[in-house]
Amino acid sequence: MGILKLILRRLMLGVATLLVVSVAVFLLTNVLGDPVKRMLGRGALPEVVAARRAELGLDRPLVTRYFEWLKGLLTGDFGTSYANGSPVWDLLEDRVNNSLFLMAVASAISVPLSLFIGAYTALRRDKWFDRIMSNQLLVLAAMPEFVVGALLTVLLATNVWHLVPAVSRIRPGEPPWSDLDGLVLPVLTLVLAVTPHVGRTMRAAMIDVLESDYVEMARLKGLPERKVLWRHAFPNALGPTLQVIALNIAYLAGGVVIVESLFNFRGIGIALRDAIPEANAPVVQFIAMFIALIYVISNLLADVATILVTPRLRTRLQ
Amino acid sequence: MSTDITIDPAHTTAVAQPGLLRSAMKLWRTRIGVALVVLLVGVAIVGPWVAPYGPAEFVGTANLRNVEGAWLGTDYFGQDVWSRFLHGGRSILFLASVATLIGFFFGAAIGLVAAYNRGRIDDALMRFMDIILAFPQLLLALVALTTVGPQSWLIIAIVAFTTIPRIARITRGAAVPVVERDFIGAAEALGESRLRIITRELLPNVTGPLLVEANLRLTYSIGIIAGLGFLGFATERNAADWGLMVQENRVALSVQPWGTVLPAVAIALLTIGTGLISDGLARTVAGIDRGRPDA
Amino acid sequence: MSERHETLAIRNLRLDVAQSGNDIVDEVTLTIARGEMLGLVGESGSGKTTVGLAVLGHARKGVGIHSGSVSIEGTDVLAAHGKDLRRARGRLVSYVPQDPGTALNPALRIGGQVLEVLQTHGFGADNAARKQRVQEVFSEVLLPATPSFLRRYPHQLSGGQQQRVGLAMAFAARPAVIVLDEPTTGLDVSTQAHVLETVRALASKHGVAALYVTHDLAVVATLADRVAVMYAGRIVEQGTTAEIFANPAHPYTRYLVAAAPEMGSDRELVGLAGRAPSPGRRPVGCAFALRCEVATAECHAAFPEVTNVGTTDSHDVRCFHAFTVPERTSRRAAAGVAAAAGNDAALSLRGVDAAYTGLSVVHDVSFDISRGECVALVGESGSGKSTLSRSIGGLHREWTGEILLDGAPLARSSRDRPVQQRLSIQYVFQNPYSSLHPRRSIADSIGRPLAIAGVDKRETGREVDRMLERVSLSASYGSRFPDQLSGGERQRVAIARALVSKPQVLICDEVTSALDVLVQATIIELLVDLQRDLGLAMLFVTHNLPLVRSIAQRVAVMADGKIVELGTAADTLTNPQEEYTRRLLADTPAIPEFPANPELPIDTLG
Ligand code: SF4
Repeated sequence: MGILKLILRRLMLGVATLLVVSVAVFLLTNVLGDPVKRMLGRGALPEVVAARRAELGLDRPLVTRYFEWLKGLLTGDFGTSYANGSPVWDLLEDRVNNSLFLMAVASAISVPLSLFIGAYTALRRDKWFDRIMSNQLLVLAAMPEFVVGALLTVLLATNVWHLVPAVSRIRPGEPPWSDLDGLVLPVLTLVLAVTPHVGRTMRAAMIDVLESDYVEMARLKGLPERKVLWRHAFPNALGPTLQVIALNIAYLAGGVVIVESLFNFRGIGIALRDAIPEANAPVVQFIAMFIALIYVISNLLADVATILVTPRLRTRLQ
Repeated sequence: MSTDITIDPAHTTAVAQPGLLRSAMKLWRTRIGVALVVLLVGVAIVGPWVAPYGPAEFVGTANLRNVEGAWLGTDYFGQDVWSRFLHGGRSILFLASVATLIGFFFGAAIGLVAAYNRGRIDDALMRFMDIILAFPQLLLALVALTTVGPQSWLIIAIVAFTTIPRIARITRGAAVPVVERDFIGAAEALGESRLRIITRELLPNVTGPLLVEANLRLTYSIGIIAGLGFLGFATERNAADWGLMVQENRVALSVQPWGTVLPAVAIALLTIGTGLISDGLARTVAGIDRGRPDA
Repeated sequence: MSERHETLAIRNLRLDVAQSGNDIVDEVTLTIARGEMLGLVGESGSGKTTVGLAVLGHARKGVGIHSGSVSIEGTDVLAAHGKDLRRARGRLVSYVPQDPGTALNPALRIGGQVLEVLQTHGFGADNAARKQRVQEVFSEVLLPATPSFLRRYPHQLSGGQQQRVGLAMAFAARPAVIVLDEPTTGLDVSTQAHVLETVRALASKHGVAALYVTHDLAVVATLADRVAVMYAGRIVEQGTTAEIFANPAHPYTRYLVAAAPEMGSDRELVGLAGRAPSPGRRPVGCAFALRCEVATAECHAAFPEVTNVGTTDSHDVRCFHAFTVPERTSRRAAAGVAAAAGNDAALSLRGVDAAYTGLSVVHDVSFDISRGECVALVGESGSGKSTLSRSIGGLHREWTGEILLDGAPLARSSRDRPVQQRLSIQYVFQNPYSSLHPRRSIADSIGRPLAIAGVDKRETGREVDRMLERVSLSASYGSRFPDQLSGGERQRVAIARALVSKPQVLICDEVTSALDVLVQATIIELLVDLQRDLGLAMLFVTHNLPLVRSIAQRVAVMADGKIVELGTAADTLTNPQEEYTRRLLADTPAIPEFPANPELPIDTLG
């Protein structure tokens, strides 16, 4: 079966990407600067630095450490925190779940929403809805998430209206859905961050398709407009949009850092923010690899989905 | 599909017309964008000279809305909000523009070389670019900061480095159809050098899309650098920095909103301004509005 | 002919540019009877496709149907809206698109795309009957009607097969009227011949009224019963095919016929410079007046009404001075293209093989071109003719064998050739819209080869002006940019650029294929003159066989990467020796001889 082979090939490519990323992450956190010096400050005595270095196992050769780390990643041993010596996984397990939940909810809302907005604005091209929406999306796409989030807080949680809490209050050990009120603002911010990009891509793809010869032909065949749109136009516009959706899901993974900090949402984003001043490399490395993994998986899914909706690609495999 | 009305094919290609900037200025969105950018850049540059207090000058009790001599009140630390605001735009603008410029230069060069030398060089370059793209820009910056701390050079380097593949992709995409046009063949038949073909034949025909993308990248660079400030990784401790101000003052949002709202609105207007300029340019270049192909 | 049963009747049709209200087409009136095919002929921009689409009640974006009526079997399509209009489309009237490659939906199976026409219009009793009809219509258009074929996607078909699917889609619901919009552009001649054959058979079998929109006079001459000629949005002449070709009345038609290349003769092509005025720039009077050599004051003042000429009531023309343009078909002076002296080879190919990304596409090609000689290299797309000519020009590097310029071997890539050699072989490209640097002035483009040769600026300027004049462009063109020029003017600039360095060899790669027939003729005229005056060795690459004898002394026929036949143009095209050439000639549509009506004036001025 051709399609399995292709998926396998993409999978290998994903693994290769992860390997390259792992090298980059490892080098950035070990070679660019010295975590121990940063932890102990400039004035630290050389003996103290050396002792700490030995304690953390940083005195061994770089290559050995890389492969040990890599082996750990593959076997589920993600190392121990420099700050308190406890295993990284124990520290982050429920945070990973919280963040995944946040991202899943945000994607589940933003993907259908942006596909709809994109398709609908393309249909109503240059009508008032499209104009307003397009400008809205443009403005939203330009603003950084924390600005959008901060303004939303002003609007919905503090000064103007008081509808939802400004911060999330998930306690350790509790599931992320234990505080749904607190989820509103983080999810809304992420949705507003992603929807413009996907929406605009979908709109452009849909406009291309609506102007294509085959859509004109479908109309000239006398097909009802409903059929022209759903059977002839929509499937062809989906292909190019899928790649952008994948990119944006990866982008969500980056965006959670900001959004979690803004709303004190207990996830990996805050953990990452807090790990940096401590130069807590193992935590940073884990989170970085985790986000890279999300990117690779969403890309893989997008590739497969693209192939499924594009006969030209699908049949080439047979 | 060919329309039966005479449309000169040359007009339908995405080739920058001589007065690209001038024609873009005919659109209201470009004008508003330019006005916003001029305003905010003005504030950032002139601000420190006209600020009534120093950026870290203590003027009164923390989080007050009405203070004598501080018309927008004090911040979480008792510093003058207005003065800190006037001081807080410079570093963001400086870091973002330098990083974008560097990324633009290398990205454009790589994109053009890849487009002209189709085949192995192209494949290798673009593969590599894809891997850099695998990482959200902000995240890579954070990873790099871990052991070095927030240093200007590092932030510039990382933002520039992650801007390269994004510019390179767009440049390559715009240049590939140009490479296939016959005037490149005509130049080759005359034996023009590669460098000359890339700089004199190719580059002038992709300036439109390049300008659009550079502008867009500037928008995102501002966002990332402001975001780093917001996360507490501004280049100096306790610096007056719009991003950092949002972070510092958001706890007291309900009592003293100015400390958060003022810098947030400033960043919003600045990025909306550059975003509008990109959009105006894009509409002028393509004659139509299109979404962006990547995020 | 007054008792004709008019299946399609277009009356006073006018379409506007929606924004400006300028007319794109106006005063179009024509009728087509059951079983009749009308050829609607015009150059690009004449409005012929716009008329074709209006028959389906459709106007492209930015175009509005202003007034007039289109009635099919008594139903006014233009008055129908929404559901009624949809019902008319596909059932009463259907459309065969120009490019089936883009008009078939890439995401849907071809069988389904035909079936949905029948489903939408409730054709047949039930779905089984409709599926039956799909198979039947596939057989009618000579496609396999097997389930596995019906399940294919468009990209799994050849261009010819795709167009047959387009035909199947159009004929499926047995409409009364079919609009065919240049359905064979982009197809190879043999494929084109077969598709045309199918069109002819189906149209007469089903008795449809067919509107065949095209720019190709030869296709019309072989296919249509009647012809309508469009110029600048108006029908300027209309009549039976024989009337139009034997006794063209309107000056424009007469130019068109004179400019159409003919396989059987080596007559000089007579072209006409200039272009039709676009919507909004059309004069009050006759739109052709600016280019017409018999125009009088009257012509500039008013647009002539439709008048009947000829011996039947079917031949209508809109001209004050019908039949007055002198017969333009003069025989070529024999000296003009006399075969050049034999052994003085400027360019020699010895056993040239070429590959394209590893695939061998040219095999063992050897021939010479003498000074002052033009050799035409003809072949269908994919024959390897382009790769061969690009190899000679140094644009394609994957080749082996020997190419000698004046006896000296050429390096593979132009960059490895010495300047003198580079300048001695010049190349004119197919598409004048892409062969000039859009951001460089005409003078700079033409002068560039001289700059490379190290000629100083003043001298270059003088040479550029001289070349501009030589290609019949005024010196003021030097400061313009390509987008201010028409296609024909651009091609003149490209020729000037190629000749400014005084080359020995000129390679012309399909240089007229992007141009309208009148402009094509002017470019051929120019090339013939230049070649003769400058003693150039010329390689004229083309897929257009009828053009060959108007320019070349010898012809090399290429197929599958090999030269299958090489001989003088006259012999090869009238008496081909090889089976392949014979078939190619048979498939090429040609204007047949129509006996002129002796009762009509042929040449009142000449
Ligand atoms: S009406 Fe006059 S200008 Fe027009 S074609 Fe006839 S003679 Fe020429």
